[in-house]
Amino acid sequence: MSLNTLSLKQAKEGLSKKKFSSIELVNSCLSEIKERKNLNAFITVCVKEALEEAKEADRRIKDEENFPLLGIPISLKDIYLTKGIRTTAASRVLDNYIPQYSATVVKKLKEAGGIIIGKTNCDAWAHGSSGENSDFGPTKNPWDEEYVPGGSSSGSAVSVAANMSLASTGTDTGGSIRLPASFCNVVGLKPTYGRVSRYGIIAMASSLDSIGHFTKNVEDSALMLSVTAGKDPNDATMPDKKVDDYENYLNKGVKDLKIGIPKEYFSEGLDKRIKEKIERSINLLEARGAIAEYISLPHTEYAIACYYIIQPAEVSSNLARYDGIRYGNDRSSFADEAKRRIMFGTYVLSSGYYEAYYKRAMQVRTLIKKDFDDAFKKVDVVITPVSPTPPWKLGEKTSDPLAMYLSDIYTVTANLAGIPGISIPMGLIDNLPAGIQILGPHFSEGRLFQVGKAVEESGL
Amino acid sequence: MKINVKHVAKLANLPLSNEEEKKFEKQLNEVLSYVEKLNEKDVENIEETNQTTGLENVTREDINTICFAQDEALSNSKKNHNGMFKIPKIF
Repeated sequence: MSLNTLSLKQAKEGLSKKKFSSIELVNSCLSEIKERKNLNAFITVCVKEALEEAKEADRRIKDEENFPLLGIPISLKDIYLTKGIRTTAASRVLDNYIPQYSATVVKKLKEAGGIIIGKTNCDAWAHGSSGENSDFGPTKNPWDEEYVPGGSSSGSAVSVAANMSLASTGTDTGGSIRLPASFCNVVGLKPTYGRVSRYGIIAMASSLDSIGHFTKNVEDSALMLSVTAGKDPNDATMPDKKVDDYENYLNKGVKDLKIGIPKEYFSEGLDKRIKEKIERSINLLEARGAIAEYISLPHTEYAIACYYIIQPAEVSSNLARYDGIRYGNDRSSFADEAKRRIMFGTYVLSSGYYEAYYKRAMQVRTLIKKDFDDAFKKVDVVITPVSPTPPWKLGEKTSDPLAMYLSDIYTVTANLAGIPGISIPMGLIDNLPAGIQILGPHFSEGRLFQVGKAVEESGL
Repeated sequence: MKINVKHVAKLANLPLSNEEEKKFEKQLNEVLSYVEKLNEKDVENIEETNQTTGLENVTREDINTICFAQDEALSNSKKNHNGMFKIPKIF
């Protein structure tokens, strides 16, 4: 078995028992990155730095030092600032930008002993559902290179699915972690808004951005969150909430756990094969003692419209700072999707239209959030599809922005409500992956791992 | 309603070619007519949600923390002069 196929947990064990070295582990990832260069998963590979850090990690392991990620190679979406390492947001606007500081999460991962192996490709500024909006070329799905890997955190999902790194970070503003996780057959976590610091991560839509990660299994996802979660004085939008001991939830099982199945998520537009797979997963959870019932989230049909007003509004404001003076290139370097969102956001915020669009969307957001608040009075978790369809072919939706936006239909609601969600692989449809989404109340990540682990064990 | 792409591009300081204007005009107005779906919903007396944390007026102690040195702050700028950013003429 190649070292790069190990889970975080297995790698940590192997390293501490000195079955192999961090240098060997990093090298096996680096050769995979080289081998599958055509997937275009990375914008920057940190060969020299990673090998130096691995050497240092091996010394520390020899000294019996014990840190949760010591010596383990991790990749970062190229939207996480890394001091001294180019950070582009996959946009030509920032193609020469070398940050003077690192994101809080990057610091935490490094303090936990993690090694940054590279910066992954994504839709520029995290705008996209397919990975094709990158100014550095599209990322390809490792299961079939003619298909999209899902976006916007495309390269991060691919780097884990194709064993180029053992875990990867992403950002999820409307599904940008859960969708690529589903399309690439890995576990993708979008934590509660405010659970993980946004400091030093290039902002897309500040009231929606969630900082999460990709792993090979649920246990690793819990391990990553226990490293990244927690209050940061540099992010004022983080409630002072204790970080749970996530590992404790993994083997709790699902007996007597109440699962809500929102009927609005299973209506027309959902691929029949995905629907069947989810029903099968729910049956398997019931066989383990869970209690499933149909519920209603009545404002689901307004979610995409609501999201595609609020999100571009916030995007237009966040991207207003890019003027090419202090850093980066000027505004002529923005590509099409960023231009569309900036203009759309500018329009819905402009005098005379603010009330008709932006204000109304914020009111509908209240209703969508309330749907979930009400649902979680009755059930412990909500289970839905991640995507209405399996992965589509590269190029299929690039000239039709609206069709692309509609693929976020099952994921944007969690961002609007600020709740956590996780995408768990549930097997293949015509040789391409599909995921199941588990949603829970604010700060219920532990419960998502609990149910996610049960789904995983059901052997899908 | 209809988006005047030329006007919003000016507001957002985005240079656009004529072809781009045409393309975006069509695409943005398609999205606009889709989001007008929200008009179906009666939102009278419903409060606005602009964030989900419930936090208000988050403050910290007013003490200095580490910040960039001058050369660090300037390290990514293409044009600077005597330790300052050089900007295009405004007036």
